Order: sequence, then structure tokens, then C-alpha cells
Amino acid sequence: MTWLAISALAAGTYGLRVAGPLLRSRLRIPDGVQRYLSLSAVTLLAALIATAALFAGSTFAGWARPAGVLTGALCAWRRLPFVVVVVAAAGTTALLRLAGLD
Amino acid sequence: MAALAAACFVVGLSFGAIAVASGMPLLQVSAMSLLVFAGGAQFLAVGVTAAGGTAAAAVFAGLLLNARHLPFGLAIGDALGRRRLLGSHVMTDEAVAFALARTEPAARRTAYWLAGLTLYVVWNVATVLGALAGGAIGDPAAFGIDAAFPAGMLALLWPSLKDRTALRVAAAGAVLALVATPVLPPGLPVLVALIGLVFALPLPRFARPVEATTTEGNR
Repeated sequence: MTWLAISALAAGTYGLRVAGPLLRSRLRIPDGVQRYLSLSAVTLLAALIATAALFAGSTFAGWARPAGVLTGALCAWRRLPFVVVVVAAAGTTALLRLAGLD
Repeated sequence: MAALAAACFVVGLSFGAIAVASGMPLLQVSAMSLLVFAGGAQFLAVGVTAAGGTAAAAVFAGLLLNARHLPFGLAIGDALGRRRLLGSHVMTDEAVAFALARTEPAARRTAYWLAGLTLYVVWNVATVLGALAGGAIGDPAAFGIDAAFPAGMLALLWPSLKDRTALRVAAAGAVLALVATPVLPPGLPVLVALIGLVFALPLPRFARPVEATTTEGNR
């Protein structure tokens, strides 16, 4: 990868990141609009979670990963601590892979 | 936070190792992590380049994957406080999720900055260590790290989903993204999910549930 490509990716990424906060500081955002903005962040995160749980790139990630995420989800539902959710998810997936299920 | 930082560390190690294996010098690998600081886009750009793609294709793919930061910044820009220029650089999915999980403004700011700065330090240290260790780094998939991220994010998102409208919109968005993932390039499916926001719009009068209008009429 060239230095030019790295610079372009870095500059473009920073532009995407800084645009929202700068726009917000210039504009007065009405409460009704703020609600939709918060909902859009929730929606984006939900979509990221769903796709990351089931897909590796554009193909199915195999059963071990969604099984781990499901275990983590059950822990979150049972209101277990955050670290338990993360470790249970990773542990389930790791054990399934160790057992040859992927 | 420590659990996600540990997962981030392992992924950072593997990014360093993979980038060096693809032929990038250590200085470039480290510069990329310091300046781009977006794991998914970095893996993607290195992958496109290693597969023989042009620099323009690598940059475009990475930026498309990062496009979600624009709506993220609009949604949680208040959590950055006054240091917007610095705070923006450490914006990640995780920092946004941590901020969203809090409602009180000061707690949102603390959560955002703590997550953002912690992951920035961890990611950059791990990248350098991974690049130096090279092939000695194992496959992070063996540790189930790929399941840790969605599970951790879900735990953070959980309180927000108590709201019925948020749950409806999030579920619709997740389904849209899943349907789009096999057919669209990385980054776009998540943006397609925003169409799910229509489920938060107030229903037009003729489409409102009948019992709602009758109970109102009885009062």
C-alpha cells in the first residue's frame, strides 16, 4: 500500500468522523430530529451486530460464531455483567471450534 | 470495557501480523493504525491491496466501510464535549455504543472518551506488537474473538432496545442489513439499515390501529 493511499484513507475517514460533531456544533438540532438521530445510531449498531454475528465478509460465518453471540445475548438478557457476556460469547465460539464445529 | 479492550488487543495483533505478511513495512502499518484507526477498514484496505487491487479501490472500499461514522457523529456528537476535533478521531462503533448506553450528559462524555482513548492506545500498541511478532501470532478465530464484538455491542445496546420504537426500528434495520450483505459491498448494508427508520415515523391517520382511535373516542 502506498503512502498516498494511507493518507487518503486517513483523511477521508477523519472527514467522515468529524463532519457530524462539527455540523452539530453549528446547527441547533430540534428534539424531534435528535430522536431520529439517536434512533439511527441504534439502527446502525443493530445492523452491525446482526451482520457481524452471521457473516464473514459476504458469506455465512459458520455456526460457531452465531452460537457464541447467542450465548452472549442470553447472558445480557439475564443481566449478567458485561465481562461475562463477552467472555461467554468468545468462550462458546472457541470451544465449538476446538470441538471441530465451525 | 476491559473485556472489549482485550478483544481489541488480539485483533490488533492479528492486523499487525497480517499487514506485515502482505508486504507492508512496520512504519506504514503503524502509521495506518495511528492515522486511520478503523480496524475493519484497515483489514479491508490491506486485503484489497494484497489481492492485487488498485490503491484507489482500497481507499474507496475503506471509506465506504467507514461511512457510518457520519450518522454516528450526528447522533452522539454531544458526547464528545468541547474537544470535537480530537474526540472525532477516536470515534469507533464501541465508543458510540458505550455513549448510547448512558443517558446523563456527563456520563455519556466519560463513557465515550474512556472507550475511545482506551481502544486507541490498545489498538496501536497491539498493531506494533503484532507486526513485530509476525507469523508467531495465532488465528484470533481460535479464541472466538469474532463472537466477542457483536455480543459486547449487543449488551451495550440492550438498554436502548427497551423502547418499543427503537426495538422495531433496530429489528427492521438488522433484517435489511442481513438481506443486503450477500449482494452489496461491505459498508453499504449497514447504511441500507437506516431505511428501517421509517418504522419510527408516526402512522398516517388511516393506518392507525382501530382500537386506538375508539378508546380515544370513548374518553
